Amino acid sequence: MKKALLIVAALATTSSALAAGKLEIFSWWSGDEGPALEALIKLYKQKYPSVTVDNATVSGGAGTNAKAVLKTRMLGGTPPDSFQAHAGQELIGTWVVANRMEDLSSLFQSEGWNKVFPADVVKLISTDKGIWSVPVNVHRSNVLWYNPAKLKEWGVSVPKTWPEFLSTCATLKSKGVAAPLVVGENWTQQHLWENVMVGTLGAQNWENLWNGKLKFTDPKVVAAFTTFNKVMDCANKDASGLSWQQASDRVVSGQSAFNVMGDWAAGYFTTTKKLEPGKGFGWATAPGTAKTFVMLADSFGLPKGAKDRAEAIAWLKVLGSKQGQDTFNPLKGSIAARTDSDLSKYNTYSRSAATDWKNSKIVGSMAHGAVAPESFTSAFGAVIDQLVATKNSAGAAAAAQQLATRAGIGK
Amino acid sequence: MKGLSKDRLWAMAVLAPSILLIAIFVYSFIARTVYVSLTDWGNDPAQALAIDPIIRWVGFQNYQELFTGFLQGRFRQELVNTLFFTLFFILGCLGLGLGLALILDRNPRGEGLWRTVFLFPMSLSFIVTGTIWRWMLQPQGGVNQAPTLVGAPPSTFGWLSSNDAVLKFDWNALPLITALVVGVVLIVLAVRAAREGQRTRMVVAAACAALLLLWAVFIGPRVKLLAAPELHGFNFAMIGIIIAAVWQMSGYTMALYLAGLRGIPEELREAARVDGANDASMYRHVIFPLLSPITLSAMIILGHISLKIFDLVYAMAGPDNISASVPALNMYLTSFRQNQFALGAAIGTILLILVAFVIVPYLASQFRGEEGHS
Repeated sequence: MKKALLIVAALATTSSALAAGKLEIFSWWSGDEGPALEALIKLYKQKYPSVTVDNATVSGGAGTNAKAVLKTRMLGGTPPDSFQAHAGQELIGTWVVANRMEDLSSLFQSEGWNKVFPADVVKLISTDKGIWSVPVNVHRSNVLWYNPAKLKEWGVSVPKTWPEFLSTCATLKSKGVAAPLVVGENWTQQHLWENVMVGTLGAQNWENLWNGKLKFTDPKVVAAFTTFNKVMDCANKDASGLSWQQASDRVVSGQSAFNVMGDWAAGYFTTTKKLEPGKGFGWATAPGTAKTFVMLADSFGLPKGAKDRAEAIAWLKVLGSKQGQDTFNPLKGSIAARTDSDLSKYNTYSRSAATDWKNSKIVGSMAHGAVAPESFTSAFGAVIDQLVATKNSAGAAAAAQQLATRAGIGK
Repeated sequence: MKGLSKDRLWAMAVLAPSILLIAIFVYSFIARTVYVSLTDWGNDPAQALAIDPIIRWVGFQNYQELFTGFLQGRFRQELVNTLFFTLFFILGCLGLGLGLALILDRNPRGEGLWRTVFLFPMSLSFIVTGTIWRWMLQPQGGVNQAPTLVGAPPSTFGWLSSNDAVLKFDWNALPLITALVVGVVLIVLAVRAAREGQRTRMVVAAACAALLLLWAVFIGPRVKLLAAPELHGFNFAMIGIIIAAVWQMSGYTMALYLAGLRGIPEELREAARVDGANDASMYRHVIFPLLSPITLSAMIILGHISLKIFDLVYAMAGPDNISASVPALNMYLTSFRQNQFALGAAIGTILLILVAFVIVPYLASQFRGEEGHS
């Protein structure tokens, strides 16, 4: 009996010793995005060697699985110390309105972040009650990826507008390319949808959709839905079974000509596929969005009741630091949210994106939670699926409007 | 005080914990879910995940939304999917299971091995089955490549991604169809009662049938659940899922049938042979009637599996593929992605009612049977 007690006591002390410096990071960065997170954790460990970092990654594109796990943990009262969320309405509309997050205004003040992050980004992550997350990176959603060698072989150029895209698509089909455009599972179709919308309606009308000045049922918007239908006619029919990586692979292999995806694809092409930017893969802004930067950002927040609050704040400081952002972003294929980043560390693609970031009109992405709350985005998946199946633009537009009303958009 | 013998006290003491646990973790949770489904929890995003959410009672509004709401077309398609899935899944499993059992009953060589082979899929989880079959049913792989083995061009059938459907009907006609089906069933009951000479039963059934049919002819066509017609039918995308599910569960029905076949006394078969029955008529008049209780229990078990199915569909078709979706999947998405807990609870309650339709008659017949024996 005494022996048993001793063992129990010994176990208790070791586990509490471990718990002294612990940090749990919750994200959906796995697979191809994993190395970037690992580099960031390594940097954190250099600064805080005594802290054990628990990398609680839940894989799944755009965080669809991770968000469900996060919800279980938050509702169960065991929030992770710091978790990833898309900057903007996704975090604000879900967790901030429910009063579950800590205000980070003082951290922004003490670290001087208000000056180094662009005002647009700070606006996106704030409400009138505070600032809610630390953006790690900025991604661009409106990029058209292609295979330069194959385009040359087929004798077509990169389309500048969506009507031009449709005629290019017809040309390619006549040359025997079954699916000139490749799309993947539902969220990549939503991603394509928002690019068609921005490219057809223009940046200003896109913003108006989300502040309630423009209704989804407006004839202009319905016409854009119809354009989306035509674009989907150019796409592969087995979309629902493909991840975004599998879809990108088809551009690399030359099975399809184009793919509209965010610029994390650049990281996948260069880091995982070992392709050279400009040769193995090419890029352009999505048709009709030349002077527009559709942005999304990954950010980390601090949930109320985090177990290791001090370690989590240290983690947020690393994330927001120049060194942290320049360690993470070149590997992830994104650009730093800070304006003072060291561009020499970035590849050709990212440098071009960083230039556009400074002189384009910036709008937020719907598919990635910047402009619409989660309750809208998640239900919108079914609207897109219905639209792809039935091609009924007016019906989809009406459904989108009802969703927007329910989610309180434009209130 | 005769009832409180030592034995009885012991029995009650032993049973009490499980009764208590079931009362809390099954029945009170069911009650809680039904209660939540009658509130507006989650319709306002700000209240959905708050620590102390403000929840209001709204009655049957969530159910009305599901059956007639413009945004819930997905749920209605899923109900139709479930109906067809259940039908074909049960037919497939029973047919294939019985076929395999009949073959094995003839004592082929290596019977034990075959039994293991056919029963093996059941040991896998639906997630594993779903993943394997999703690979095989890829548009450009597996099954679709099979014709190339004999030199034919590959098939292009979208096993899981097809949007085509057959047997389509307008959701607005649902009350009409229901009235017609129930009416026909009542007529059959009336005819049967007439044959058995039960006058009262016949009159009641015939009167109800007449009322329903009158309603269906004169009022039914004018009932509109939705503003616009909404077509739902049997989507081809479900075929792949049905194949995978049948593959997984038919070994189980085979085992049930095999046990049943082995349980039929040899004397009965011999007696039938002596009476001059050939193989076909022996199966038809002797063996199949003796197997009917097994068919019933298999149908009950398969039926509730198919109504609740979630993991197989999630693995094979993905969460947003409406043409191949089921209510359980929608419940998960509605509750845990859109945070609409009340609406999710309403879908859960509908599922519970559907399962109850299958289970309750079975339980009733079981209890009646037991009382009969004692």
